[in-house]
Amino acid sequence: MRRDRDWLAHGILALGVVLFALPVWLVFAGATQNADAIVRGELSLVPDPGGLSVFARVLIHGTPGIEPVWHMLMVSLGMALCIAVGKIVISILSAYAVVFFRFPFRKLAFWSIFVTLMLPVEVRIIPTYAVMATFGLIDTFAGLWVPLIASATATLLFRQVFVAIPDELVEAARMDGAGPLRFLKDIAIPVSGANIAALFVILFVYGWNQYLWPLLVATDPGLDTIAIGLVKTISVDSQTDWPAAMAIAVLALLPPVAVVLAMQRWFVAGLTEGEK
Amino acid sequence: MKRRSLLAGSAAVAATGPFASARAAEKIKIVWWHAMTAALAEQISRIADEFNASQSDIELTATYKGGYADTMNAAIAAFRAGRAPHIVQVFEVGTGTMIAAPGKVVKQVWELSKETGIALDPKHYIGAVRGYYSLSDGRMASMPFNSSTATMWYNKDAFAKAGLDPEKPPTTWQDVVKAAQAIKAANAAPIPMTTSWPTWIQLEQYSALHNIPFATKSNGFDGLDAELVFNSKAHVKHIQRLLDMAKDGLFKYTGRDNTPDAVLYAGEAGISFGSSAVRGTLAKTAKFAFGGGYLPHDPEVIKTPLNSIIGGASLWTMTAPDRSAAEYKAVARFLQFLAKPESDAAWAQNTGYVPVTFAGMERLEQGYYKTVPGADIAVKQLARGTTTANTKGLRLGNLSEIRNIVQEELEKALQGGQGAQAAMDNAVTRGNKVLRAFQKSIGA
Amino acid sequence: MERRTVFGGWLLPILLVLPQVLLTGFFFYWPAAEAVWASMTTQDAFGQGVVFVGLDNFVELFIDPLYLDSILRTAVFCAAVGVLAMGAALGLAVFADREIRGRTAYRTLLIWPYAVAPALSAVLFLFLLDPRVGMLGRWLNRIGIDWDYHLNGTQAMLTVVLASAWKQVSYNFIFFVAGLQSIPRSTIEAARMDGAKGWHRFRTITVPLLAPTTFFLVVANVVYAAFETFGTVAALTHGGPGKDTETLVLKVFRDGVINHDIGSSSAQSVVLMLGAIAIAAAQFRFLGRKATS
Repeated sequence: MRRDRDWLAHGILALGVVLFALPVWLVFAGATQNADAIVRGELSLVPDPGGLSVFARVLIHGTPGIEPVWHMLMVSLGMALCIAVGKIVISILSAYAVVFFRFPFRKLAFWSIFVTLMLPVEVRIIPTYAVMATFGLIDTFAGLWVPLIASATATLLFRQVFVAIPDELVEAARMDGAGPLRFLKDIAIPVSGANIAALFVILFVYGWNQYLWPLLVATDPGLDTIAIGLVKTISVDSQTDWPAAMAIAVLALLPPVAVVLAMQRWFVAGLTEGEK
Repeated sequence: MKRRSLLAGSAAVAATGPFASARAAEKIKIVWWHAMTAALAEQISRIADEFNASQSDIELTATYKGGYADTMNAAIAAFRAGRAPHIVQVFEVGTGTMIAAPGKVVKQVWELSKETGIALDPKHYIGAVRGYYSLSDGRMASMPFNSSTATMWYNKDAFAKAGLDPEKPPTTWQDVVKAAQAIKAANAAPIPMTTSWPTWIQLEQYSALHNIPFATKSNGFDGLDAELVFNSKAHVKHIQRLLDMAKDGLFKYTGRDNTPDAVLYAGEAGISFGSSAVRGTLAKTAKFAFGGGYLPHDPEVIKTPLNSIIGGASLWTMTAPDRSAAEYKAVARFLQFLAKPESDAAWAQNTGYVPVTFAGMERLEQGYYKTVPGADIAVKQLARGTTTANTKGLRLGNLSEIRNIVQEELEKALQGGQGAQAAMDNAVTRGNKVLRAFQKSIGA
Repeated sequence: MERRTVFGGWLLPILLVLPQVLLTGFFFYWPAAEAVWASMTTQDAFGQGVVFVGLDNFVELFIDPLYLDSILRTAVFCAAVGVLAMGAALGLAVFADREIRGRTAYRTLLIWPYAVAPALSAVLFLFLLDPRVGMLGRWLNRIGIDWDYHLNGTQAMLTVVLASAWKQVSYNFIFFVAGLQSIPRSTIEAARMDGAKGWHRFRTITVPLLAPTTFFLVVANVVYAAFETFGTVAALTHGGPGKDTETLVLKVFRDGVINHDIGSSSAQSVVLMLGAIAIAAAQFRFLGRKATS
C-alpha cells in the first residue's frame, strides 16, 4: 500500500520533471542539428555530437551582425548584478529608515514607494526614455540598470522583516550604545540574510531577462545584452540560423538557472518566510 | 548618442571658429538606425564601411534598433527626447505617419537637397518606387532604400509531380486554382497554396494589379480624409475565392505578415506568394527546384494587369535641436552615395531587393539578370504599364494597423465565423475608424 | 504593526530613504504623470501637436466593444493560467512533500524553470507546438488532429495559456512546498487517527491550512498573467487569430508602440495602473493583517 503510493509520487514527480525539461532539451538538441532540417520540422530529440561546435562558434564569434556571445553574456551579467545589488541596497536603506525612525513625511515616503508596486516598464517606456535622455544616460551602461533599480517589492519585503525584529533587541542595542548605522550593520542586515539571498535570485533573474528597455536605451552594439543578441539572430527578412539561435537560447538560459540552483536553499527559505 | 552629437556639434563649431585648423581632423559623425538582421545586416555594415572609406571627413555608424516597428518607435522616442538619429530606416507602412509628421520632425529629401545644395534627383528613381515615397506634386520625401514587391514562388518539383509544366507557372487566378487542385490530387506538396503578407499581397497588390482603388482620394495621396473601399465586388470575389480554396484544402493560411515564409523555405508549399526579396534566401537554402512568377490576375476583372506596388523601407532624415548644417550636409552626401548606380546594384544583387534607380537596374540587366534567369521578374512587374492613381501605392496613416485588422477579419472568416463580404465590410469599418483617429491625431 | 522603539533624529533616515524616493520619482512618477497627461490628449506620434480632450479617450475606450472583449479575455486568460499553474504546482508539491527517496533532487529539477525569460519560453513552445516546425504540433496533425493555433482561436488560447503557465508552475511550487512544510505533522496525524482518508484529509485539513499561501499566490499569478506574459503571447500568436489571444497589455503595446495612438494607449496604461494599484492594495491589506496577527 505504502509502496504503491510511493510509486505514484515518483511517477507524477518524474512526469513534472520531464515536462519542464522537454522544451529546453528540444532546443539544446536542435542547436546541434542541421538548419534546414529544423525549418522542415524534422527536429530530433537526439543531439548530434558533431554539431556541438555551434556553441563554441557563437561564444567566440557570434553570428553575422551580432557581437560574440561571451561579450553579451558579460553585459547581461553586469546589468543583472547591478540591478540585483542596487535594488537590494536602496531597498534595505529605505525600509530601515521607514521602520526604525520617525521623520517628517515618513508615511508619504512609504506610500509613494509602495504604490509603484506593479507597474510594468512596458507601459511607461516612452516617457521614461525622455527622462533618461534628460540625464544623459542614453547609450551608457548605467542607463541599462539605473532606472530599473527602484523597487517597491523589495522595500515592502524588508519592511516586513524589520518590523518583525523584537523591540527588546533594539532596546538592548541602544543600551550598548549602538547607533542606528551600527545596528543596521550588526543586526538588521544579518537577520535578513535569507531574504537578501532570495531577493538576489529573483532580481538577478528579473535583470537578466530584461529586453525592451535595453533595446531602446542602448544603441551601441557593445552594450547589447544576450536577450537582444538572441532576437537579432532570429531574423525577420531572411532565413534564421536556427542552430545558432538555439545555442544562444541555451547559453542565455544557463546563468540564471545556475544562480537559481546554486542559491536554492536560501532562495526557497527566504521567499516563503518574507512574503507569505 | 549624446556624446556623439555633442562632439559633432563642437566639430562643426570648431570648423568655422578660431580653432578651425587645430580641430580640422575631427570627423563629422552621423548615425543611421536600421532594422536589418543577419545577412542583410552584413550588407548594411559593408555599405557603412565603403562610405567611410570613400571619403575622409564623415564617419557613419550604422546601428540595429530591432525590427521595423522597434526601430521606428526608438526613433520617435529619441526625437521626443531631442536625440533623434540622423537617418532612420522606416518600413513602407510607416510612410504615412512620417510624411504627416508636423513641423520640423523630418527633413524631406527635397528639402535636404535644397538646403545643402547636394543634388538628390527624383528622376533617377523607378516610378513605382519614387511614387510611394513622394508628395503628390512629385517632390521626394524619403530616400528609397530596400524595396521589394510581391511575386509568386512555386515548387518546380511539386509541379512536375502533379503533371504541371514546371517552366510555366500559372498567370491567372483561375489557373492557380487548377494548379492547386492538381497538386492536391497528386499529393505533390503538403500545402497546395499559401501566402505571406495576406493584406499586402491579397488586397493591396491585388487592387493595384486590377486597377481598382484600395481607398478613395487616390489611395490617400490626395488627402487625409480618404476612406477604405476594399469591400468592393471585385475584392470580395477574390477573398471568397481564397475562402473556397481553404475549404477545399487548396489554400492554407499559415500565419500573419511573413511568418508563412518558413513554409516556402521548407518547400512545403506548391505555390506561395511572398516578397521578391526572399530570392536570396531561397537560392541559398532551398532543397528543391524553385521558380518565380508574376502575381496572377483575374481576367474577368482586368485583361492586362498593371504594375504591382512596392514594399520594404526607405530612409528618413530626422532633425534634432543641436544638429548642425554640417551634419545635414554629411547626411545628404551619404544619401547621394547610396544613389550611385554601383551602390544600388550591389545592394540589390546581394540581398534580393529590387534596384531603385534606373541606372542600377541597367547595370543589373547587363550582368546579374542575364546570369540568373527570373531574377528580373520583380523589377519588370514593378515597371510594366503606366502607373495610375490605383497603382502608385498607398498613403494611409497607420497602415500597419489596417493590415492587422484585415488579417484579424480574414482569420475570423477562415475559422468559419463570417463570410467574405462581412469580413471585408468589418475590416473597412474598423479601418476607417483608424484613419479618422489618425486624421484627428495630427490635427487635420 | 508600528514599532514602539525607534532611533532619534530625522536627517539620517531622510538620507537613507532619499535614493529610493528619488529613483521612484524620476523613473515612476514623472513618466506616470506624463502618461496621465497624455491620456487626456490626442497627439501625433512625435508629440508636436498636442490637443487636450479631457476624458474623451476613456469614454471611447469603454464604449468600444472590442476593449470590453479584451478585458473579459484577459480575465479568462488570467484565470486559466492561474488555475493551471497553481493546480499543477499544488499536485507536484503534495507529492514532493512525501517522505520519498530523491525528494531533494525532484525539488531542484522542478524549480529551475523559474529562471526562463518569458520571450524564451515562447521560443521553446514554438518548437514544441507549432503545427509545422513544432514536434508535438506535427505529431498531432499526423495522427489526424487538426492542430493549428495560427487559425484556431481555442487552440491559440490553449497554447499561450500552456506556455505562460509552464513558467509559473515552479514559482507556485516553491510556495506550496513551504506551505505544506509549515503544517504541523501532529495535525495530520490527529486527523489520520480520527480515520480521515487521504482525499478527505487533504480537503479538510491541508486546503484550509494552505489558504494564506493560496491567497498570496492568486494575487501573484494574476499579476504575472496580466502583465508579465506579454513577451510570451506576443512572440507566439501576436494576439491572433482574430483577436482571440489579445490581452490588455498586448493592446496597450499595439496601440501605443505599433500604432502611435499615444492618447488611447496612455488611457489604457492609466486603466492598467489603476488595476495594478488596486491589486497591490488588496495584497497589502492582506500582508498587513498577517503582520499584526
